[in-house]
Amino acid sequence: MIPTKFAYRRAASLDEAIRLLQESGGEAKLLAGGHSLIPLMKLRLSEPSMLIDIGRIPDLRGIRERDGLIEIGATTTHHELATSELLRRLAPVVSEAAAEIGDPQVRHRGTIGGSLAHADPAADLPAVMVALDAEIHLKGPNGWRAVPAASFFQDLFTVDMAPDEVLAAVKFRPVWHAAYAKLHQRASHYAIVGVCAALSIENGSIRSARVAVTGASTHAQRLPNVEERLVGRQATQAVIDEAASVAGDTLEDVNSDIHASEEYRRAMVKVFTRRALERAMARA
Amino acid sequence: MTTMERPVLPKLIGARVKRREDPRLIRGRATYVDDIKLPGMLHLAFKRSDVAHGRITRIDTSAAEAMPGVVAIFTGRDLMALPGATRPVGARGTYAAKIGAGLPPMPIGTPFPSPAHYAIAPEVARYVGEPVAVVVAEDRYLARDAADAIVVEYEELPAVVDPELAMQGQPTVIHEGFPNNLALPYVPMGTGVDPATGAVDNSAIDRAFAEAEVVISQRMVNHRVAPNAMEPRGVVAHWDAGKEFLTIWSATQNPHILKSMVAAVLGLGEHQVRAIAPEVGGGFGCKINIYGEEYVAAALSRILERPVKWIEDRSEAFMATIHGRDLICYLDLAARRDGRILGVKMRLIADIGAYNMLLTAAIPTLTMLMASGTYDIPAIRCELTEVFTNKTPTDAYRGAGRPEATYFLERGIDMLARELGLDPAEVRRRNFIPKEKFPFTTQTGAVYDSGDYEKALNRALELAKWDELIAERDRMRAEGRLVGVGMAFYVEVCGLGPSSSLPTGGWEHASVTVERDGRIRATTGASPHGQGNETTFAQMLADLFGVPIEHITIEHGDTAVVRQGIGTFGSRSQAVGGAALMMAGEKVRKKMAKFAAALMDANEEDLVFENGMIYVKGSPTTGKSFAEVARYAYIPVPLPPGLEPGLSEEAFFEPPNNTYPFGAHICMLEIDRETGEPRLLKFFAVDDCGNVINPLIVEGQVHGGLAQGIGQALFEEVVYGPDGQLLTGSFMDYALPRATDFPWFELDRTVTPTPVNPLGAKGVGEAGTLGSTPAVVNAAVDALAEFGVKHIDMPLRPEKLWRIIHGRAQA
Repeated sequence: MIPTKFAYRRAASLDEAIRLLQESGGEAKLLAGGHSLIPLMKLRLSEPSMLIDIGRIPDLRGIRERDGLIEIGATTTHHELATSELLRRLAPVVSEAAAEIGDPQVRHRGTIGGSLAHADPAADLPAVMVALDAEIHLKGPNGWRAVPAASFFQDLFTVDMAPDEVLAAVKFRPVWHAAYAKLHQRASHYAIVGVCAALSIENGSIRSARVAVTGASTHAQRLPNVEERLVGRQATQAVIDEAASVAGDTLEDVNSDIHASEEYRRAMVKVFTRRALERAMARA
Repeated sequence: MTTMERPVLPKLIGARVKRREDPRLIRGRATYVDDIKLPGMLHLAFKRSDVAHGRITRIDTSAAEAMPGVVAIFTGRDLMALPGATRPVGARGTYAAKIGAGLPPMPIGTPFPSPAHYAIAPEVARYVGEPVAVVVAEDRYLARDAADAIVVEYEELPAVVDPELAMQGQPTVIHEGFPNNLALPYVPMGTGVDPATGAVDNSAIDRAFAEAEVVISQRMVNHRVAPNAMEPRGVVAHWDAGKEFLTIWSATQNPHILKSMVAAVLGLGEHQVRAIAPEVGGGFGCKINIYGEEYVAAALSRILERPVKWIEDRSEAFMATIHGRDLICYLDLAARRDGRILGVKMRLIADIGAYNMLLTAAIPTLTMLMASGTYDIPAIRCELTEVFTNKTPTDAYRGAGRPEATYFLERGIDMLARELGLDPAEVRRRNFIPKEKFPFTTQTGAVYDSGDYEKALNRALELAKWDELIAERDRMRAEGRLVGVGMAFYVEVCGLGPSSSLPTGGWEHASVTVERDGRIRATTGASPHGQGNETTFAQMLADLFGVPIEHITIEHGDTAVVRQGIGTFGSRSQAVGGAALMMAGEKVRKKMAKFAAALMDANEEDLVFENGMIYVKGSPTTGKSFAEVARYAYIPVPLPPGLEPGLSEEAFFEPPNNTYPFGAHICMLEIDRETGEPRLLKFFAVDDCGNVINPLIVEGQVHGGLAQGIGQALFEEVVYGPDGQLLTGSFMDYALPRATDFPWFELDRTVTPTPVNPLGAKGVGEAGTLGSTPAVVNAAVDALAEFGVKHIDMPLRPEKLWRIIHGRAQA
């Protein structure tokens, strides 16, 4: 790890982190688990002049239920998500997706806020947050702001977040009929394709459906043509098969690399959409 | 005479003794190169080429020179004292006088013609990662900053990436004097080839194919992989200007070879160099080679008269440490319909990358040597061409040439069995060299020492419950699953080797000293870096002297402590180094028996060494303690006639031949029909490495070898783009297997001792990589048999398998 020279500051509070960000004039980076940022610094693809460590701000970490919403602090680790009793009860898809991230070391250091703010096109949690219709809570010099996940992720490594804002928390409603299905890239264990499906099923009928994909394109995004074929229909295998058969057809800028061609990725979007829907529906 | 009761010491040879090395390694108490810190030490960073092929037109070091903490910058021309050298940096004066004639091109260990290869490219960069300048700075971070600040301009040349185009001189020629990029244009081996003259007589091999009832022909690629030792390379060099003496610490597998080569390149005598391999975190062959960074560090310490350190980072390791394998084979296999093989042809094309390193050119010749496998094949013809490309050079990687041979042959035999509708085990059995025929000389000239292949195959079939395994596969297939079963048999050449087969000599050295207090200090010229020889060698001496293993230290890796040595590679440490150790130990024991005999007024032939005592056979309760006899040997009053004082002996062991361990690997593999993802369900390995000192360590070596062999089949691949850019430059893109990718390994052994060393041990370090790779691919082809697939090139990427399953053209 031979990065360029940088200063290190540990922020004691969210407001201090914001102040330090402002003072740096856009040259500082927030450090939480560091599992995306530090590899980039090691490769000198990122050369921040200062790291502002938000990893020890007490209010930023933890999982709670408040006013019917689940709230997860930004510096909560993937391991904490994967092993949270609360999540396993109220939104098991989040735990399951977190358990598929990287390896034990990554899961013990990497954080949900870091993953979302970094917006790697193949990260797992962005698809989950989009499918859960989560709100991303940001704090900046002008106070708080909440952004729906679906509009937070804009492009490759690009999110709706100002340089002096801090991603503080995510909030979403409990969801039971939801599942995440992922094809692992075998080196990085990021998603070649990851699909999160969140359904609400009443009396065997699909009342609402949100399906989001990661890994396939520039950023996590919904698959509206799949959702359209689900809403208002019976929760049956035939319906799922039909909906999954069009998955990804509307996707643009599908990725192609040494691990998976565009052709393969498009085929896998359909496979993993179906698998996610099957698992979401099957959850008793 | 003492009659004290002593604890009974268990015999340790053959026991599952836990590795004595592990506590310090696990607790972070081991000393690696990067832990060496010397006063006044400077740090190196290399500026490396970011183009695959380019003529250096300008190197601008001005910005880097101006950075505080930068001591010196050298280009290739500077260090090699070639025309066009720029003046050295700053106000520190000229170093030219100290460089003298400059660093010469790097020596290699093979006799073939080779282009000049400088430690730092002076004119043309020929692969991404080749050094073009070196920075010396006060700390490692500054050194790296300054390296980044050096601006290098290239006239870019076409990148030569495809070896089969390269052979036609396309798109360009990399080295002057090597037309069509042919490093070795044509080397034949096998039936009808006169090894002395290279004259070729085709009549026997042609007759085999003319008489064949079935011919299997297949092009296969044993692709390029990166060794990925857990510890990257590193070097610390310290020139003591007062004594004119160089000490060099390096993450190397062979400090004695390093010493010799660094001395030669720097124009020093070998008495002026001490090389130390401290704790070394794995090598897998890649740390046999002596690299440019080691020569540069040594030279710069001498020029600057300060210690210097260079530690490779992981990104550098991917591009600047040698790669392994990368061999294309056009296989033709002639057989009768009963499965009997009449002849084998292997036309081999080795993509060796941009330069010859220490053993580069020799590795593919081992593939030819082992082309007969475990089979009595009456006619074999191998033809090898080695080709330069704009890639990282290749050299030895775990197995080094033998896994390639095994892969091609075992794939071929599987294709034959499939073509004939025969059981693959039966086809192998029908062609095995029978055990009565050992020692057996193959058509390629290898003299197999000993073998009982049928026994190992039978044991593997029992272990895997072969018939049940096939039935289980068929049941799973009936459920619509894609499941395959694969097997492979291998024979390896290990225990390298007689001095005639290695440029360094092929012996090994050891010394054994019984100290004055009866504790034992031994040295070995083997240089273990994960093999566990500190444990196995101590086990051997514990039994030989009848003392507790805790009383024994095995020292290695320091040429000032270990007088002579060759090193650890080619699965030679136990078979060759262990034999040398036993010879030295027996010399000491013999001398000690003389002292004991004098002390006890006994006959030395009647003495027994056991439980910390030396006593007359049959009288275990009366005798002298081991320590007491040791003390007497050092304070010999009176000195027995004809004896010198002291208990310290050394030995060189020169093996008369290599050893040839063998085994059978069997696996079951499932492929996800929708995604193409392969998953191993079962894996069985029966290995025969002769006599075993420590089964736990043998199993550990087999596990590691299986991980790398299976890793190559399923996951690992170095990929270059069409422009010669390295696309797998980190673990984000280079897939190493994880523990969770493997099923439980079911292991067993047969024991066929070798006659070529007194231990009967054959070596096991590389064996796991041989059978596993073809077994996995054979299983994958079996799983996809319904799609009419005959062969799949590795690695078994999910998309590749998905394309077969879904009838899509390969991308």
